[in-house]
Amino acid sequence: MRVLVIEDDRETAQFLQRSLRESGHAADLAGDGDHGLVLARDGRYDVLIVDRMLPRRDGLSVVQALRAEGARTPVLILSALGEVDDRVKGLRAGGDDYLTKPYAYTELLARIEALARRPAPEEQATRYIVGDLSLDRLSHKVTRAGEPILLQPREFRLLEYLMKHTGQVVTRTMLLENVWDYHFDPQTNVIDVHISRLRGKIDKGFAKQLLHTVRGAGYMIRDGAD
Amino acid sequence: MGAFVVAAALIVGFIAWRANDLLTNKVVETLEAEVIGLREQFQAGGAERLAAIVAQRSSQPGSSLYLLVDAAGRKVAGNLDRAPPGLEGSRQGGVFNYVRAGEEGHGAARHAVGVPLPVPGGLVLIVGRDIEDLHRFAGAMGQLGLWSIVLLGAVGIGAGLAISRSVLRRIEVVTETSRKIMAGDLSKRIPLHGSGDEFDRLSESLNAMLGRIEELMAALREVSDNIAHDLKTPLTRLRSRAEAALRNPDGPASYRDGLTKTIEEADELIKTFNSLLLIARLEAGAVAESIGPVDPALIIGDVAELYEPVAEEAGLRLEISVAKGLTLEANRELISQAVANLVDNAIKYSVDETMQGPAGDGASRGRIAISLARAGKAIEIAVADRGPGVAPQDRERALARFVRLEKSRSQPGSGLGLSLVAAVARLHGGSIRLEDNRPGLRAVLSLPASGAHAASAARATLSDASNWGQR
Repeated sequence: MRVLVIEDDRETAQFLQRSLRESGHAADLAGDGDHGLVLARDGRYDVLIVDRMLPRRDGLSVVQALRAEGARTPVLILSALGEVDDRVKGLRAGGDDYLTKPYAYTELLARIEALARRPAPEEQATRYIVGDLSLDRLSHKVTRAGEPILLQPREFRLLEYLMKHTGQVVTRTMLLENVWDYHFDPQTNVIDVHISRLRGKIDKGFAKQLLHTVRGAGYMIRDGAD
Repeated sequence: MGAFVVAAALIVGFIAWRANDLLTNKVVETLEAEVIGLREQFQAGGAERLAAIVAQRSSQPGSSLYLLVDAAGRKVAGNLDRAPPGLEGSRQGGVFNYVRAGEEGHGAARHAVGVPLPVPGGLVLIVGRDIEDLHRFAGAMGQLGLWSIVLLGAVGIGAGLAISRSVLRRIEVVTETSRKIMAGDLSKRIPLHGSGDEFDRLSESLNAMLGRIEELMAALREVSDNIAHDLKTPLTRLRSRAEAALRNPDGPASYRDGLTKTIEEADELIKTFNSLLLIARLEAGAVAESIGPVDPALIIGDVAELYEPVAEEAGLRLEISVAKGLTLEANRELISQAVANLVDNAIKYSVDETMQGPAGDGASRGRIAISLARAGKAIEIAVADRGPGVAPQDRERALARFVRLEKSRSQPGSGLGLSLVAAVARLHGGSIRLEDNRPGLRAVLSLPASGAHAASAARATLSDASNWGQR
């Protein structure tokens, strides 16, 4: 995928460019808000990574300008400001996701991949299928190999989110934000326990594991061998 | 000041004018009565009778002034020697100067008011009344008025100067205090007068503001001190890890391992920094924007649901007892985080105890009670564990940043959990207190209830976590 990184710190920008290329993505750089806006208008990008504090034109105003012009390219806002109100402001300006500096590259990668492949609201499926696991979003029914699986409401939402991003890494913070709507970091790794409980319900007793742990990054639901 | 003097002058002038007027009217009335009386005498007894009466009255001491002249202008009777020049030929009364008959050469001319009265037969009678006293009185009144104005003016100017000087002096005190504070002495306060007037109230609120600033500054200093001291340890650890990996002769494999650990260590540091920043921002009173009505029962339910698997895995039971229908004016995220921190702590210390403690009584040890109840005007969220608890003398300290009581040194964590809870509580106008759970710790987060909605709080006990647990 093509990524545009609008970031004024050269070192950070080049690190991101290099890392994205290693992950198999093409990345262009813009060092200030004006330049970034010109490049972003091009429309060739799948995802924009926009730093909040930029010379000439700040990140939020770049996003606002793009949205005002009708561009729907997903935007990940990067910021050193990570407090409750800042996040709300970032998303209100038209950002799709918000990541606080310093961040782990795996976290950023997982988030932009999730953003880039995010289907438009009208084309969201009502049924997710991964291998012989099926989740019906309307009837809230989950089956594995035709057998019904009983899930608690939160477990259902957890599985739903994972299956929506089938084949993509989903980090613990993404799960906390999207399934629990928490933006803080619980000290204990509570998510891991929820995942292992879910795994016990959908994978236990089956030869083929669908819910995988991605070391150092998070989790992924995927059909097929490693 | 000028307006004051003008007003005083107007009042005094008005009084003097009114008094003069009144007295003059009185004199004129007396004269008119006298004239009527004399006219009656003339009608009754003719010119002789009039002359006799005038002569008789003239000789009385303190009498009115009389002069009866014949057609030729010669004096017939009376105590005036000649017709006052001002009244000669006049048909109306007027003011004149006179000297009493027989007193020429002595007393000075006196003021009088008189009326000429033509009497049939060519005679003219002049009746007058001495108004010298009145004149003097009016003069004295004028003088008095003038002096009062001068005096009032002087007093007014003096008082004005005194008041403005005292006001200026008190403002100067405020200025001086603020200069000292700017120079770096944050403990300075504006001295109070003790009178409770507007100035005192201004000073009081300025002092309160200064107190808050000093508190914030102290907190800030404490944070930077603690950062300097307590972050050195993990930084040193991180550095030595990296160094050790680099020295290791095993090559790339050990580098990878060392780097992974370094990143983990760095992540912990970042978490600590984030918590510190959050606490600092909460204490600075930020985050007001995203405060709204929230149901604490929902928050507790969600947090309990989040932690329930962790607790279960550790062999602990979460028991929730919440009052329904309560509302908080709060930031959902922050209250959730505070409750999560309390539950997190409770689990950590209970686990410690169940591992190390003697066998038996496992049921009561492995129990964490989370409750929500209304206590007067407050809503209290309590998290109680059966862990080792905190000694009474350590409770205050346990809420401070980075403080990890000796017993908990072995536990992972930054030592910021409870201080974050305290900061969240303060931001919402509440507080956190630590109590003895006999045994264990009972942490109570007390928050002000938002008035309107908190009326009927039906107490609903949800036995353990089964409502959201598995099974």
